[in-house]
Amino acid sequence: MSNSETTPGVVPGRLADAAYKSNFDDLYGPLDAHEAVVAADRCYFCHDAPCVTACPTSIDIPLFIRQIQTGMPKAAGRTIFDQNILGGMCARVCPTDILCEGACVREAAEGKPVLIGRLQRFATDTVMDSGAHPYSRAPSTGFRVAVVGAGPAGLACAHRLAMNGHDVDLMDARPKLGGLNEYGIAAYKAPDGFAQAEVDWLMQIGGITMRTNVRLGRELALSELQDDYDAVFLGVGLAGVNALRAEGEEHDNVHDAVDFIAELRQAPDKSKIPVGRDVVVIGGGMTAVDAAVQSKLLGAETVSLVYRRDQAQMGASEHEQLHAASKGVRIITGAAPLRVLGDGVVTGVEFAYTEQGPEGLVLTDNTFHLKADQVFKAIGQRLDEAPGGLQLDGSKITVSGAGRTSLPGVWAGGDCAAGGDDLTVTAVAEGRDAAEDIHATLMGQASVAAE
Amino acid sequence: MADLSTDFLGIKSPNPFWLASAPPTDKEYNVRRAFEAGWGGVVWKTLGQDPHIVNVNGPRYGAVWGADRRLLGLNNIELITDRPLDVNLREIKAVKRDYPDRAMIVSLMVPCEEQAWKDILPLVEDTGADGIELNFGCPHGMSERGMGAAVGQVPEYIEMVARWCKQNTRMPVIVKLTPNITDIRYPARAAKAGGADAVSLINTVSSITAVDLDSFSPEPSIDGKGSHGGYCGPAVKPIALNMVAEIARDAETHGLPISGIGGITTWRDAAEFIALGCGNVQVCTAAMTYGFKVVQEMAAGLSEWMDEKGYASIADFQGRAVPNVTDWQYLNLNYVAKAKIDQESCIKCGRCYAACEDTSHQAIAMSDDRVFTVKDDECVACNLCVNVCPVDGCITMEQMAAGQTDPRTGQVVSDDYANWTTHPNNPGAVKAAE
Repeated sequence: MSNSETTPGVVPGRLADAAYKSNFDDLYGPLDAHEAVVAADRCYFCHDAPCVTACPTSIDIPLFIRQIQTGMPKAAGRTIFDQNILGGMCARVCPTDILCEGACVREAAEGKPVLIGRLQRFATDTVMDSGAHPYSRAPSTGFRVAVVGAGPAGLACAHRLAMNGHDVDLMDARPKLGGLNEYGIAAYKAPDGFAQAEVDWLMQIGGITMRTNVRLGRELALSELQDDYDAVFLGVGLAGVNALRAEGEEHDNVHDAVDFIAELRQAPDKSKIPVGRDVVVIGGGMTAVDAAVQSKLLGAETVSLVYRRDQAQMGASEHEQLHAASKGVRIITGAAPLRVLGDGVVTGVEFAYTEQGPEGLVLTDNTFHLKADQVFKAIGQRLDEAPGGLQLDGSKITVSGAGRTSLPGVWAGGDCAAGGDDLTVTAVAEGRDAAEDIHATLMGQASVAAE
Repeated sequence: MADLSTDFLGIKSPNPFWLASAPPTDKEYNVRRAFEAGWGGVVWKTLGQDPHIVNVNGPRYGAVWGADRRLLGLNNIELITDRPLDVNLREIKAVKRDYPDRAMIVSLMVPCEEQAWKDILPLVEDTGADGIELNFGCPHGMSERGMGAAVGQVPEYIEMVARWCKQNTRMPVIVKLTPNITDIRYPARAAKAGGADAVSLINTVSSITAVDLDSFSPEPSIDGKGSHGGYCGPAVKPIALNMVAEIARDAETHGLPISGIGGITTWRDAAEFIALGCGNVQVCTAAMTYGFKVVQEMAAGLSEWMDEKGYASIADFQGRAVPNVTDWQYLNLNYVAKAKIDQESCIKCGRCYAACEDTSHQAIAMSDDRVFTVKDDECVACNLCVNVCPVDGCITMEQMAAGQTDPRTGQVVSDDYANWTTHPNNPGAVKAAE
């Protein structure tokens, strides 16, 4: 292909083939055994360790690192999976700089935390590479649970339910299981089909039947699920995308960043993905960063990420921002889109600088244009609609305790449920905890019935 | 600039750092490299009778590591030199001729028969060596043949062989002691009684460093079997310091020159041995771990420290710590200290808390936001928190001033000295004269 980084328009093949391979290869790569031991040696085995407190799934980090240090990486992996069955994915995608590693006392001491995320990957990879699944199911309880949505929350919930002896039907609207693990993460964070390999490994627990291409509100109705199952867990995520509410949003080559990210993840050959010469990404979260960085990796000449508030309020962690900057993404903060320019096809975006006023953010008269032949919107997702009359808290499902919704027998967790940080690891924690609550509820009902 | 030169038994060397009799001093090639790197002297690896001994053809060393695989302890099952006597003698002579300002000591180990010593001593004298060191220390292999530690464990043999050597050579005689005994003072006294000019210690400690959990062989493993070796390196330094101190403060051996050996790795280690009375130090494991260049840090560090302290020569601080080594019963029981945590340098790891709460006196409080503070009314000043804290200087022991009340005991701190010998709880307490 003869395209280059300066070819105008939205075109594929801006780079040489080898560049795609290296650009979308494993970002950090695995630690080898020597590196792992050296990294593990730095752990102080803190009392009531701050890293554990900072982990939404409360993985016993000092213990698993000590197990690596003593030559028992499989035992270390088991320590991780006991708390977080998707510990392999979390090791790759967690914003560790604001979670465990941000809390590490060696971050306080030397500005260099123990490499907890990469050590977690070392341990979980060791277990998963062995092929065996380390858990087995409790005797069957006879209860059947519907888990709707096979993202991190649904997978964690289904696994824990199956482990506790329940039979699980795991349903998802997409053709593959995994949710955002499969469709919503930058390709270089989990290459080589890791998300599917993890699903396959997790399913080895048994007792989980999967149904794909079924969507709540289309093939599935919540009331029917309530009738057909002893309990229902909703981990449906946020399928809707917030609109810019700026003039010209309908121009060609203005896309939702989540669609771009999903398309990229699913594309076996990244050189086939068209990308603009001048790309503008609007938003400040992980989705915005993933879209911006990957645009650059596809060969865009300029990529600007524009966020309306100040840098400290960006959803993307500092580490993610630095990563984006290192790839050549220009980050502009304190500016909001006024209108998308173009004549059928986008040619640019006009922004206004913002100010924090007493009533909230206000646009100033100070404006600027950015040239753009492709624009990605990444300003948040929402529930399309409330399934089956569930009470909502803002745009998310109201939950109390371990994911109990306003309807009896229906639990929810992950991004679709109110609260939480919209992180993979938070979703896993919520799915796991809901599963334990469902288990306790069902077994409690059973023992009452027996009496 | 401090003068690092030493005169040990009349043997002069430009600095107090000698390489101990060990693999690094087995050959002319190594010793020349050592002298070029700056070592003040060497004790040539132990010579024996011909036919020369043989070594195993498998692993000779086992090890113990700390974090980041830092080598803390090394053990070996190597025997004395496995080269012909005349080769060693020729090389010693050549090296001494080329490095006349360095100390050249020759370690010897022959059977406990006077003739054996009478035979070898003139050969060593002929090399121009400055002195001899009698290897009564190696705990492995040679001890099974009645030599090495087998001699060092019997004071009468030490005295006998030392005397033979003194009678049959003009060279100064250093007796190298084994730590594999219950009381180091007895062999030291015997060496002195036999006329030895000095003792050197410690030789290695009998040890097995590890067991292979697949083959169930001790390490180092030779065809599935292992034999105890001699342990050395930083791990044995505390054992060596104590033994040196015991000899330095013993009424019978006080003043007997000592060459200190045992885990010396830095200038500080060396200074500590010298402060406990040593006239110089011998090093092996540090060189085997890092190469001969380590002596440059040792010399520079010692020199700088001496300059800072105003010591012009080694003799200025040699033995300064000896009067402060005492028996437990004479420690001042009126000395009261409390741990203090510097909140500025605390990194909130909580190890002090875990250690104190689980294994000591429950004297550290932990707040919800991980602020760790010492409970003076529980703290016995045991020092465990200081020892487990990863940040040097974060936790300190602060002496309570006289007149203050110790909140733990309710007693007013006295500046009088009072020890166990007069303590009321001591059934054998000596009553003060009435």
